[in-house]
Amino acid sequence: MQKRLVLDQQQIDIILKRFCYQLIENHDDFENTVFLGLQPRGTLLLDKIVAQVKEISGITVPSGYLDATFHRDDFRRRDFPLKANETKIDFLVEGKKVVLIDDVLYKGRSVRAAMDAMIAFGRPQKVELMVLVDRRLTRDYPILPDYYGVKVNTLDSQYVVVEWVAQGNPADAIWITEKVTS
Amino acid sequence: MSQLSTRHLLGIKDLSEADIRLVLETAVNFKEIINRPIKKVPSLRDITIANIFFENSTRTRLSFELAEKRLSADVVNFSSSNSSVKKGETLVDTVNNILAMKVDMVVMRHASPGAPHFLSKNVPANVVNAGDGTHEHPTQALLDAFSMQEKLGDLTGKKIAIIGDILHSRVALSNIFCLQKLGAEVRVCGPVTLIPKYIESLGVKVELDLHKILDWCDVANVLRIQLERQQIKYFPSLREYSLYYGINKKMLDGLNKEIVVMHPGPINRGVELSSDAADSAHSIILDQVENGVAVRMAVLYLLAGAKG
Repeated sequence: MQKRLVLDQQQIDIILKRFCYQLIENHDDFENTVFLGLQPRGTLLLDKIVAQVKEISGITVPSGYLDATFHRDDFRRRDFPLKANETKIDFLVEGKKVVLIDDVLYKGRSVRAAMDAMIAFGRPQKVELMVLVDRRLTRDYPILPDYYGVKVNTLDSQYVVVEWVAQGNPADAIWITEKVTS
Repeated sequence: MSQLSTRHLLGIKDLSEADIRLVLETAVNFKEIINRPIKKVPSLRDITIANIFFENSTRTRLSFELAEKRLSADVVNFSSSNSSVKKGETLVDTVNNILAMKVDMVVMRHASPGAPHFLSKNVPANVVNAGDGTHEHPTQALLDAFSMQEKLGDLTGKKIAIIGDILHSRVALSNIFCLQKLGAEVRVCGPVTLIPKYIESLGVKVELDLHKILDWCDVANVLRIQLERQQIKYFPSLREYSLYYGINKKMLDGLNKEIVVMHPGPINRGVELSSDAADSAHSIILDQVENGVAVRMAVLYLLAGAKG
């Protein structure tokens, strides 16, 4: 199977640091800001961002995990329903600036579903999107990230795989692979 | 797997352990949803569900209706008391007429055991059994198991007592199947006349002494005396039943451990359960009602989600 490295550990570290400084620049003291990591894979990126923002600025930004499974538009169009993950949000987003965080932006459908799920917790003042990888040629919906790590040109026949040390991988890395067809 | 092995929920007997665990895991997500400021998700917005109740129900019917509405399904309600069933229409004809109005799922309660099984073979919609006579009440068993798990964690090796009118109870049978599949040990307790003769063939031990079973169990699931299904006298009087098999707070406080008290409702206060026991800290009866909505949302979501 062909496998191409998009970002290695060092590049990811630099991007995460850049993300944090961009957030500090745009959100000042984070007084009215919350972070939401999209389940299942955006939550690992969220945890890293929350920890690094705290390290740099000393501020713990309120954060939560958002699962959009029940808001997806492909329910009954798949062979079987997707298994939901935990939504863990201990605050309302009413009047808040929300930064949605995910690892890969592909068709934009998950982000649409996530925005739908998010408004169950109130009407935010503003919503921004942060992704590590923007697959820019495969979008179905008009959704663009406010913060992105890298833009890649990929085909539908390819996967973008994000590996984290926290999941037992030897290093943080992002790969493009071909989907296996049997 | 995130798919049930069946497209109908007719009884717990037909479900695998994996099916049961999938429903319970999915219900955790729905419980979080029904405690949000906005308690609704759009998953079933293109689905129409008919609640067809040939028997009286308050809790189950409300619970199903709330579950359906919180999943954004369109809901139609039907009760036999003011319908053409009274004019002699057959079950299949009634349901097919409802389905001709483009209904995707049927939730049915019927007095005849096996009615939902019969229906599932004759109509194209997904069928959910909301209680068929004295046979099964699968969603009640699932919500009971969910409530027990919430309180006690994994049920493997846990000791569950089902106390009361076992003979006429569809909740008892579904509970036995469900709890055994989850690895719990189940015993029943009640007057010998209200215990089915074949119950031990299900791997369930019988205990006739209420005090002994309370000493043994982690959970006491207390059932209602179903006077409406008793054409003959199974015990001399309600007072005598209450004296031998009624649970009160003093008994619960006298045990050397904490046990969980459950009841599927409606409670005959002062018969199988005294008011002070039903309202005590041991009781999770109202949690059961809340969990019922979450579990039914999970069942409907999983059944509706399978393609085709």
